[in-house]
Amino acid sequence: MSLQVVTANRLDDGLVVFLTADGGWSENIHDSRVADGKEAAAVLLKEASAPELDVVIVGPYLIDVEQGDGGLVPTKYREVLRTKGPSVRQDLGYQAV
Amino acid sequence: MYRYDDFDRQLVQERTEQFREQVKRRLAGDITEEQFRPLRLMNGVYLQLHAYMLRVAVPYGTLRADQLRELGGIARKYDKGYGHFTTRQNIQYNWPKLDEIPDALLDLANVEMHAIQTSGNCIRNTTTDQYAGAAADEIEDPRPYCELIRQWSTFHPEFTYLPRKFKIAVTGSPNDRAAVKVHDIGLRMHQNDAGETGFEVIVGGGLGRTPFVGKTVRDFIGKNDLFSYLEAILRVYNRFGRRDNKYKARIKILVHEEGVEEIQRLVEEEWAQIKDGSLRIGDDEIAQYIEQFAPPAFETLSDDDADFERHKAENRGFSNWVRSNVIEHKQPGYAIASVSLKPIGGIPGDATDVQMELVADLSEKYSFSDVRVTHEQNLVLPHVKKADLFALWTELDKANLGTANLGYVTDIIACPGLDYCALATARSIPLSQRISERFGDLDRQHDIGELKIKISGCINACGHHHVGHIGILGLDKRGKEFYQITLGGDASENASIGKIVGAGFSEAEVVDAIESLVTKYIDIRDAGERFIDTYRRVGTDPFKEVLYGDR
Repeated sequence: MSLQVVTANRLDDGLVVFLTADGGWSENIHDSRVADGKEAAAVLLKEASAPELDVVIVGPYLIDVEQGDGGLVPTKYREVLRTKGPSVRQDLGYQAV
Repeated sequence: MYRYDDFDRQLVQERTEQFREQVKRRLAGDITEEQFRPLRLMNGVYLQLHAYMLRVAVPYGTLRADQLRELGGIARKYDKGYGHFTTRQNIQYNWPKLDEIPDALLDLANVEMHAIQTSGNCIRNTTTDQYAGAAADEIEDPRPYCELIRQWSTFHPEFTYLPRKFKIAVTGSPNDRAAVKVHDIGLRMHQNDAGETGFEVIVGGGLGRTPFVGKTVRDFIGKNDLFSYLEAILRVYNRFGRRDNKYKARIKILVHEEGVEEIQRLVEEEWAQIKDGSLRIGDDEIAQYIEQFAPPAFETLSDDDADFERHKAENRGFSNWVRSNVIEHKQPGYAIASVSLKPIGGIPGDATDVQMELVADLSEKYSFSDVRVTHEQNLVLPHVKKADLFALWTELDKANLGTANLGYVTDIIACPGLDYCALATARSIPLSQRISERFGDLDRQHDIGELKIKISGCINACGHHHVGHIGILGLDKRGKEFYQITLGGDASENASIGKIVGAGFSEAEVVDAIESLVTKYIDIRDAGERFIDTYRRVGTDPFKEVLYGDR
């Protein structure tokens, strides 16, 4: 079983966002709609790649996640950093909020 | 220093307004990201891991006080209170909002700065010796030629869509502090037998995934002919450089594949056709640019200053700083002072808004409003009276800018790495911080002597790891960061590409590995040898042994 969510950067401020259940975009990965399996992931990415969203977000793509104790956690460290902010500046990014 | 003329002003202002319109159209949905991306890149706007990034050009690393002050102001107004000085002598902001970037560019334009050609497959910011115009070993100030290169290359219609990006570096000194041999074109100023000043032209150097030391394509080109010769090289590259594979598109690959003799033949053939054209620059015109970089109004001083010597004798912190961060100036009674942006355990190259404003103030007070950015990610006040050095250091030190470590093991180049960069495969900054902390003791740094550690967070080598005495390349191995070590790299006039010493190390192991290498060097060095000298004498094996034993 492989769980995936869609992430992108928001057009106006460039910040990291995740596709949510209601088709919106959230700064919090825990709000993500999760696709279980290849087919569901393809559907999710297709929705995120709709031409009308080009004015909302930039560069949507799928990332692998796991269900951790505190919620969804990306499997790759690069994506973990995107959910938090720079590891060397804990005062910046989402981790600082 | 060079001041914009009406053409420069108009050009930068029009470009700023053009980009404002492009951003407006993008945000309104009138153009797609695919259409917008090349436009934003041409204006220095990247989309990185967490947000947009704005890269601002610092032409040949020279800043006036008002410009540095504005860079600090932009950090506060449009970013999160800091900026990152890069190995291209530029500055990057990590958090600007797209709709605010046009305002930031306007603020830059008001102090004669811009972000044009800081990205894209064009001729990028020309870099040079950070001590230009001040160094005692200099033949001539290289900046008039850098400025002419800037003017020739800005919006050059033929070279806006090259096969790949193109970087030129110039040194006016035989001691190369600008790493010219690892640039697409490196220009080394020297004099011919007739006593005329000109340049050795080195082509096809570079780092990245395929590193090369450049090869000399011409031993000497006179100043008047420099620009037609550069044009000829660029024409050959533009015509024959590979466009089929991004990773083989730099001129270094063309030089490697065709051979330097063939490139030389093609360049000379092209040059023969254009050398007497409009790009031949007359002595009068060159003189005008030399005049723009005329030395400031130095006082006639003795080179010996009793107060300076007394402060050194009385204050260990100050004398340590002078030992590493202050070098000889061509003008008696003056010195060149480097401001380290590498506090122990800090982030290499980062400066806060307040620090930038302070250095701007101090440059006005002590250095004729002149500041330099170095490719090793530090700042320089190039013209400080020896009598003022103690007061300068005291003020720097209060702002955590007085670290005495220039050229030592803690003066590490590190790219932003995976903490910020969308291309990175591993983090660079935390590793540089840990190495800095491990070797932070100053007596130990003095004992180790000059040692250049350079860290890149991916194969693109923005952290220049190939030319580090010890180079570290961060990679991703099955989801974990691991670090490959190279030894024997050198960015100086004796340029060499480091050799991979063996298998990589985990994040947990790599600092110990570096310490083992340093300990080995101390054990086996001859008197007066730097790490690189010892490495060149003994080769890789003794170092390999301490890292891997019988493995």
